[in-house]
Amino acid sequence: MAITAKAFKYGDDINTDYIISGKYKFKSNDMAAMSVHAMEELDPHYHEKVSPEGGFLVAGTNFGMGSSREQAPLVLLGSNTKAVLAKTFARIFYRNAINTGLPVVECDTDLIADGDSLELDLEAGVLKNLTQGTEIPFAPLPPVMAQLLADGGLVEHFKKHGGFAVR
Amino acid sequence: MTQGKTIAEKIFSAHSGTDAHAGDIVVADVDFVMGQDGTTPLAIRALENMGVEKVFDPAKVAVVMDHSSPSPIEGVSALHTLMREFGKKTGAKVYDVGCGVCHQLIPENGHVVPGDLMVGCDSHTCTYGAVNVFSTGVGSTDGAAAMASGKLWFKVPDTMKVTYDGELQPGVFSKDLILALAGKIGVDGATYMALEFHGPVIDALSVDARMTISNMAIEVGAKAGLMKADSKTLKWYEGRGDRAPRPVDPDADAVYAEEIVFDASAIGPMVAKPHAVGNVSPIEEVAGTPIAQGYIGTCTNGRLEDLKIAADILRGRKVHPDVRLIIAPASKQILLDAMEAGYIRDLVEAGAVMVTPGCGPCVGTHNGVPSDGENVISTANRNFKGRMGNSNAFIYLGSPATVAASVIEGVITDPRKYFTGGEV
Repeated sequence: MAITAKAFKYGDDINTDYIISGKYKFKSNDMAAMSVHAMEELDPHYHEKVSPEGGFLVAGTNFGMGSSREQAPLVLLGSNTKAVLAKTFARIFYRNAINTGLPVVECDTDLIADGDSLELDLEAGVLKNLTQGTEIPFAPLPPVMAQLLADGGLVEHFKKHGGFAVR
Repeated sequence: MTQGKTIAEKIFSAHSGTDAHAGDIVVADVDFVMGQDGTTPLAIRALENMGVEKVFDPAKVAVVMDHSSPSPIEGVSALHTLMREFGKKTGAKVYDVGCGVCHQLIPENGHVVPGDLMVGCDSHTCTYGAVNVFSTGVGSTDGAAAMASGKLWFKVPDTMKVTYDGELQPGVFSKDLILALAGKIGVDGATYMALEFHGPVIDALSVDARMTISNMAIEVGAKAGLMKADSKTLKWYEGRGDRAPRPVDPDADAVYAEEIVFDASAIGPMVAKPHAVGNVSPIEEVAGTPIAQGYIGTCTNGRLEDLKIAADILRGRKVHPDVRLIIAPASKQILLDAMEAGYIRDLVEAGAVMVTPGCGPCVGTHNGVPSDGENVISTANRNFKGRMGNSNAFIYLGSPATVAASVIEGVITDPRKYFTGGEV
């Protein structure tokens, strides 16, 4: 299924403290309440800009560096972020995103400008920049992660198989 | 002929029952699973959503209240209650407020031993690489899966070999060595890789000092920061827990993705400047920068040796009147040992403020949030904007000696004068 939404573009090395500050993540387990603070350190208006119609968070290298906090992908989901597109990801964030159902796409984000309209079809492996009339190639997910996403995330995978059934 | 293996490849082979090499995906048995108060509540929720009521082995799971502890607000109190109830229900070990930082408690209490594979819901879980444990940070859902099944899937990482030749100069410490690496390869220089630390300088370090280096492996994107278990490691483990160490050495013909060699003799005190850990300078470039707060503690530098280094500099001297010095020992045991050794008296008489063993002000939840425009010099591992709870503050990272020397003068100060001139 293809998703169409606007690109919200940021830079390199965006760490999880910027995605959700430690001062908020310790306050509660309520992700809806916490989501209003998503990306606050970099863009205080992220939640109000993205949440009404949804959007793609576009970044440079090493997106999600730093802490292992799973609140990071959760507040992005809570802000109606449809996927994160970056040149590279930090390892823990990448796993957490898949486990919680936030699609992550490694691609050349120089081909996307802030505000561009994008269409992403994860199953078909197609990313289109509708504004610029281009198609942006991206590498498919590793098979284990594709299987986890297909099952609906790690929790659903466990419910379905009673444990790890990846290979 | 079979190809030689790195420490990571050997530990993953032993824990997955496969002939594991870098790039392989394996499902491996984990020896221990840990969570802290910022991540365990989400892991508990994930376990509930999985319909799992028990952990795979209560003796192999611990949860630690350290990041926001004792609770500063009701919301955190509720999360701590959730963790205590989880411990009662499942039998998992609970380290309550005041016990210390998870990354001190897990090795200190012998929950992991050399040769183990473990995961923790905290990015600095890589700390125990210093005692030959493949330990790595994961998110709460991965942590929940590991708590439920005793297993997790892993991509066996490539390894970057980092060798420190030469010898450390007086006034230079393991923190300076790892900051030098962060400055050289950057904050994503080892993403997806394991680091292996070698060389005479590592061999000469204490276990405490080695943990500082492995702790910051994540700051260059690495999955683990491994060292060999030597006689010091095995001695350190005497009396800790009841499991026998199984040291794992790399093969002589192990294949490394990259190799970096430092001449440690040429490394001086290093400082990471705001707002990135890779933004590293020799101390000469930042000396004289005014500071309003110093912090000695954290899973990076809150150990007994760190408190001794600070006490040796501050003994008989005073913290500058315009500066607050906050100190959080990494565990209750360290606090007791530092009291016994007299370090706490030295530090408090010099003007330090002691806070609860735990994470202290590192992560911005309590115990010393800086004010707008203030500079902080800290022994922590991260200096991201807003990290200590105020986006308008500026965090510099250095060794305990650098922090101690700086709080005396009120400006960032090269600590070597306390070591080369025989003043200590």
